[in-house]
Amino acid sequence: MPDLAPLWLSLALAGVTTVVLLILGTPLAWWLAHTSSRIRPVIEAVTALPLVLPPTVLGFYFLIILGPGTTIGNFWVQVTGDALTFSFSGLVVASVVYSLPFMVQPLQSAFESMGRAPLEAAATLRASPLDAFFSVAVPLSRHGFVTAAVLTFAHTIGEFGVVLMVGGNIPGKTRVISIAIYEHVETLNYAAAHWLSAVLLVFAFTVLFLVYALKRRLAIRVG
Amino acid sequence: MSASNGKKLTIRSRIDYADFSLDIDNELQLKGVTGLFGPSGGGKSTLLRVIAGLNQNAGGQVSFAETDWQKESLFVPAHKRQVGYVFQDARLFEHLSVAGNLRFALDRSGPGEKNNSFDDVVDALDLHSLLNRGVAKLSGGERQRVAIARTMLSQPELLLLDEPLAALDADRKREIYPTIAALPDRFGVPIIFVSHAVDEMAQLTESVVVLEAGRIVAEASTEKILSRDSLRGSIQAFEAMSVLDVTVVEQLESLHLVRVDHRGQSLAIPSHAGVQNGAALRLLVRAGDVVLATEKPQGLSVRNILSGTITSIDPNPNSAFAVVSVDVDGAVINAQITNQAVQALNLQSGKNVYVLLKAASFDRPGA
Repeated sequence: MPDLAPLWLSLALAGVTTVVLLILGTPLAWWLAHTSSRIRPVIEAVTALPLVLPPTVLGFYFLIILGPGTTIGNFWVQVTGDALTFSFSGLVVASVVYSLPFMVQPLQSAFESMGRAPLEAAATLRASPLDAFFSVAVPLSRHGFVTAAVLTFAHTIGEFGVVLMVGGNIPGKTRVISIAIYEHVETLNYAAAHWLSAVLLVFAFTVLFLVYALKRRLAIRVG
Repeated sequence: MSASNGKKLTIRSRIDYADFSLDIDNELQLKGVTGLFGPSGGGKSTLLRVIAGLNQNAGGQVSFAETDWQKESLFVPAHKRQVGYVFQDARLFEHLSVAGNLRFALDRSGPGEKNNSFDDVVDALDLHSLLNRGVAKLSGGERQRVAIARTMLSQPELLLLDEPLAALDADRKREIYPTIAALPDRFGVPIIFVSHAVDEMAQLTESVVVLEAGRIVAEASTEKILSRDSLRGSIQAFEAMSVLDVTVVEQLESLHLVRVDHRGQSLAIPSHAGVQNGAALRLLVRAGDVVLATEKPQGLSVRNILSGTITSIDPNPNSAFAVVSVDVDGAVINAQITNQAVQALNLQSGKNVYVLLKAASFDRPGA
């Protein structure tokens, strides 16, 4: 049985990334769904960039932007005492950007298909915009949230190129499961590669199965 | 009809769209149910949205009773206006049960005593049996009753109904008329009721505001508005008509008729289920269905003959017809007859005439 630390690290990275993106991606998706601003297509294009760019390109830019010599990197070192590159925090920052479209696009389309009608009804029933968001928009868009969270989580688990560029291969710190498998293959340790690959396969299937099973359940009214 | 005194609604607003502009500068005295009537696309819903604060681009002034909702730089957002809005499509929250929808409104209606209690509102809209149901399977009529109840529980001071009956068939409409008509008295809230259906205006409203191409073109009692032939141009298939308020006095069961009293004179009209003696009905008679006679006719199939006095003759110069208004014991009945007939019978104001109403010409009354 090989070392499972890379698996736990991948799960931690995917979990933290998903939570951060729920917090950052929701307002962005909301804005994109409701704005009539002219810069909307620009923001949409930027949001979708990680879908198109090779992960190595993103990773390369992150390496440049987050390095200890830059303003951001230096600031991070001042505050936390640790560098952003080749650290878990750096992986989170990179993953948040890399997985952004997987959070924003399902949420945006959920908000768009819900439309303004329920929000207007809530407003005429004295619900403030924030209240209406949590008590009406979130429950009505719950499928969008589930889809967005699952896609973000799964996509982050499968990350390779960005992680390798920004994080390298430091055991316990940045060696996530995809990198560990790559390394096992490189060193011809096929048994360990088999193990980790199988674990990842079973895990991915189980999560997706649970989500689809749950989705049917969620369709039932919750109030 | 309503015990509450009129409340003043002031609207001064101008909004320009590409193909349409709304331009309102009016003070409306709202009492009971006020109809907002006009052709589709005339701006009725836009005006309601301005009143409710749902149209944030609308400048100008909206004041209700003593409160300014918008004026100069002031804009009270929709959720802080004491106004209830029932949408044409009900807009119930699909993730909540019927009771959940009602409580959503009650929970947000502010502190202090609730004027409209949960039980009272559920009672008024007859929702007891629906409370635990999900909203997805409600019928159109049920959805609208829930939507109205939900809005009442937000304790509004003004209730806006935006074509709430448009999706209902005639029978369902008739069931819900008395419920809506009773709301102003029961809960002390004036209603603005939007529709382009003449029967809904006749059955529900006491006064009517006519909105056409974004402007208020007429404002008067329902009887007056519906008797105007001038609306013909703007409202498709509009005919001048008359509204008769009658009381049921006798069931003529074997004939499938009921005898009703109209200010001392008697009429027989087709009966329908559930009409009790003593019930007040509002009858709608199209002017084109009314026949006038200068002598009491004999040997006619028409059984309903009322006597009255001509008060005015309004010839339409662009057609063969004139609208003749007849005072019948203080109520006005309008007859649309040819100008030729006016001359042949030598009709003029002050002349006594008989008004003939075919039983089949009565629009099915809303009890």
